[in-house]
Amino acid sequence: MATTSTPAYAGKPAKQVRRSRWRGNLKPWLFMAPLLLLNFVVIIIPSILSVRYAFTDWSGMGPANYVGLANFQEMLSDRFYFKAIWNNVRWTLVFLTVPVGMGLLGATLLASIKRGQMLFRTLFFVPYVLASVVNTYIWKLVLNPVFGVGPWLAERGIPWLDVRFFGTAATSLYAVAFVDNWHFWGFLVVLYLAAMQGVDAQLYEAARMEGATRLQEFWNVTVPGIRPTLVFTLVMIMVWSFLVFDYIYLLTQGGPAHSSEVLATLTYSTAFFSFRVGYATAISLTMTLFSILFISLFAILRRIGWEV
Amino acid sequence: MFRSKRTPSRIPSYLILTLLSVFAVGPVLLLALNSLKTTNEIRANPFGLPQDWLFGNYLSAWVQGAFSTTMVNTLILTGGTISVVVVIGGLAAFALARFRFPGADILSFYLLVGTSVPALVFMVPLYFMWAQVGLINNLFGLIIIYAALNSPFATYLLRSFLISIPADYEEAARIDGASDLQVLTQVILPLSWPGFMTMVLVVGLGVWNEFLFAVTFLQRPELKPISTSVLAFQSRYQRDWGLTSAASMLMVLPIIVLFLFLQRQFIEGLTRGGLKG
Repeated sequence: MATTSTPAYAGKPAKQVRRSRWRGNLKPWLFMAPLLLLNFVVIIIPSILSVRYAFTDWSGMGPANYVGLANFQEMLSDRFYFKAIWNNVRWTLVFLTVPVGMGLLGATLLASIKRGQMLFRTLFFVPYVLASVVNTYIWKLVLNPVFGVGPWLAERGIPWLDVRFFGTAATSLYAVAFVDNWHFWGFLVVLYLAAMQGVDAQLYEAARMEGATRLQEFWNVTVPGIRPTLVFTLVMIMVWSFLVFDYIYLLTQGGPAHSSEVLATLTYSTAFFSFRVGYATAISLTMTLFSILFISLFAILRRIGWEV
Repeated sequence: MFRSKRTPSRIPSYLILTLLSVFAVGPVLLLALNSLKTTNEIRANPFGLPQDWLFGNYLSAWVQGAFSTTMVNTLILTGGTISVVVVIGGLAAFALARFRFPGADILSFYLLVGTSVPALVFMVPLYFMWAQVGLINNLFGLIIIYAALNSPFATYLLRSFLISIPADYEEAARIDGASDLQVLTQVILPLSWPGFMTMVLVVGLGVWNEFLFAVTFLQRPELKPISTSVLAFQSRYQRDWGLTSAASMLMVLPIIVLFLFLQRQFIEGLTRGGLKG
């Protein structure tokens, strides 16, 4: 056991060293114990239970009957379940592009200026610290179909935005994604800016000497320079996109007609509105599956030497 | 030479950055302006300055939204969670930063992954577990949940601060015969308080804004924190946009003020987990 811990054993008799070594191994676990206990009770045990409930018809009360794979068979013929997965996929595609693009744009511009850098960074970050309950309300106000931006512009001859964004099946998911992105992209600006500031300045100078345009500089110096951060954020976006709940629940509750339903909102309404806890946990396991998938992807990228 | 060549291209940079800033904070300012108007004025003049600044909206929202109750509930939840997380996260971070022991790698991995376990996977069974032991509609029951949810990231954050403290101080204390707990409370803690402050801000913000667990585990109106009571208020007075704007502002004003004073710590703490390489 070469992995023992506490410093300064030197000079102690052998017997005492052996005892304190054993204690040295136990001690970190004692320090970890309260955290682990709490995480077991709140996260790990219920997670294991949800695997068990997925094979039952439990309603949340009374006995839970074992039903084998019935929930999973039902899932395979459930239109709304596939609709929800498809919406999670669309959500992921939006978030892999729009906020990442805005984040890179904002960070690149910020990296190129000196004065006001901190001010802009702070302003971009404001929506990220505000509560989802208020952020969604703000956009209900701005996009209000009676007195919001749409009708206001329509009165002035620009009719395109006069749409019930949250209440129309074709736009609901994108409208919610727009609001969530509004609150999220500033976070990416800060991450990318920090990463860009770590890129060797000599590389930029060399690129300029060779007469690179700003775009060439971006693709050939900046992007390779911030690749670990970039890949990390892309993987995290994939994981988060399959867990998204707040903004959808607050703005559309998955509607209208399930047009913005995702796995998390479907799980929630199945458990707490339809009281089909067994089926809900089966649906929620899909989210775990995607999480594991994306985190493994990350681990694989790391293993093949992508330094992420 | 390069500088002079670059200078003209800065103006479009500032222009785009200004537009992006307007996109980011414009809607928040709009909320602030509308919170000072009557609903009729919002309908007639949604994007302009208020005619007379109606601060009375805030008083009405405070009283009708029972903010003196919900504010206290949120403060109990926030303070309770922070206290628990400071203790359990501090102990765990100390162990991970200062001891090398078998299993430490797996624990560190859990701390990182623990933040992305889908809440809805464990929330449904957790709800029924909590119901069995009477912890639904119980602030303490929710504090336990918040502490567990926040502790992995808090530990991860604190550990990265603790690692940067040189071991010399600690060894000096040990030579003087200090125990591990004494080292932690009397040497590490005073040296790492900026780390603890950052952690407190991140956890406090998370609890203040939290919505999913609050809406599920606290249904009695007198127990609701601000987040879910503002939501209930928004739908109860949904035609009174001036009043609901003021109620929404009451929830975010303390955060905006705190953020403007401590933006460096907030931004550093919240983005720390995403910094790589």
